[in-house]
Amino acid sequence: MSKKILQMKNIIKSYSDTEVLKDISLSVEEGEVVSIIGPSGSGKSTLLRCATFLEKINGGLIQYLDTVAAHTNEEGKVVYVNRNQLTHVKSYFGLVFQQFNLFPHFSVLKNLTHAPILVQKRDSKEVEQEARELLKKTGLEDKADAYPCQLSGGQQQRVAIARALNLNPDILFFDEPTSALDPELTGEVLKIIKELADEKMTMVIVTHEMSFARAVSKRVIFMDGGFIVEEGDPEQVFGDPSQERTKQFLKNYNQV
Amino acid sequence: MSLLTMIIKMSEGLSRTCAIFFLTLIFSLPLGMVVTLLRRSKNKIISSITRAVISVIRGTPLMLQLLAITYGPYYLVGLTVSRNKLVPVVVAFSINYAAYFAEIYRGGIDSISKGQYEAADVLGYTKTQTFLRIILPQVIKRVLPSITNEVVTLVKDTSLAFTVSYQEMFTIGKEIANSQTSFTPFLVAGVFYFVFNALVDFVMGKIEKKLNYYH
Repeated sequence: MSKKILQMKNIIKSYSDTEVLKDISLSVEEGEVVSIIGPSGSGKSTLLRCATFLEKINGGLIQYLDTVAAHTNEEGKVVYVNRNQLTHVKSYFGLVFQQFNLFPHFSVLKNLTHAPILVQKRDSKEVEQEARELLKKTGLEDKADAYPCQLSGGQQQRVAIARALNLNPDILFFDEPTSALDPELTGEVLKIIKELADEKMTMVIVTHEMSFARAVSKRVIFMDGGFIVEEGDPEQVFGDPSQERTKQFLKNYNQV
Repeated sequence: MSLLTMIIKMSEGLSRTCAIFFLTLIFSLPLGMVVTLLRRSKNKIISSITRAVISVIRGTPLMLQLLAITYGPYYLVGLTVSRNKLVPVVVAFSINYAAYFAEIYRGGIDSISKGQYEAADVLGYTKTQTFLRIILPQVIKRVLPSITNEVVTLVKDTSLAFTVSYQEMFTIGKEIANSQTSFTPFLVAGVFYFVFNALVDFVMGKIEKKLNYYH
């Protein structure tokens, strides 16, 4: 059995009165590509934001490899590890945002190299060399000295992916990575993600690109109303969904 | 008194005008950032006190603040008013301008998208690193035009030092005008300020241009 990179157990997340995640469990094995689909407001993005500590959970457990980063104690309160340990846990994952969130005042190359040098205290020459290789891989080698504002949305998202990869994460999260892009630019970003999947990069992808999810993932999770409604092999979920809600959601997609 | 004599006499005060100008900038630009951080503090008491102080400073005339800081210590605790007025003048100017800069910085910080903080957080930056390396450089670029505005105003505001008889250029000009019953010193002062501000515009324009490599 391959090792588990991420384990989330019985995650509960609520904003004041609304419960957004109701007892969600998700574990991801090394090399696995998991897609999370579902209607807007189903909690898919919130789940990613909880996994990446951008939101605090109200209950449950989050574990990366052997480190439990957050858990519910006997009194029912959620306890996170201390700041230093959390910084260390953050080095296990990377997150690619819908809105790219590149640093506009840094060149493309500096966007990739700044965090590894500053945060991970790695050798700047080595980091730069790796960054240039990643840019080559994402087809942006001639853009190293450009600034984000000079790039198309698709190029910016590719830089964001390279930026996350340059920290050598064990798992990469994508939060609707192509939702801010027009169809023409979507393809170039999906191509990169597909290549990463072929290289056995562990990934969790929240997406509305159904065909892509079907083609690239090993497992598909359908969420609605803060629950995991259905999960399984993409051919099964897309081709022969067992739940009524899944059928309803995929009806439009399957008609196309 | 000939025009040339007036110009020479008033020029002697220019170094003091410059002293007020540069010292005020040196103190108020960083002080404004400290005030902004206090104003944005999560501690409600700290933020409301800061807000109240900013409101008083912006809501009362700088001239009044100059008088209060220069002569206040004498009336309150009987301290002798020092003959060197530069200290109280710079203190009053620095506090006053820090309040304005603080509000400009606050607007700038608020205008940076949440995504920048989140990206930095996920990449492992600490809060301090995020502020200094990611947020602050972008804020500086965004607030620069508003800062330029304040700096231009500061050049002209230095003339307010005449209220406490600090011998800067305008104070000297005003004294000459009174003794000679002539309006000419005011015209000279006007030209001085205009040239000073032309320089300010030039320098700030250069800085803005330098930061124009991205948007």
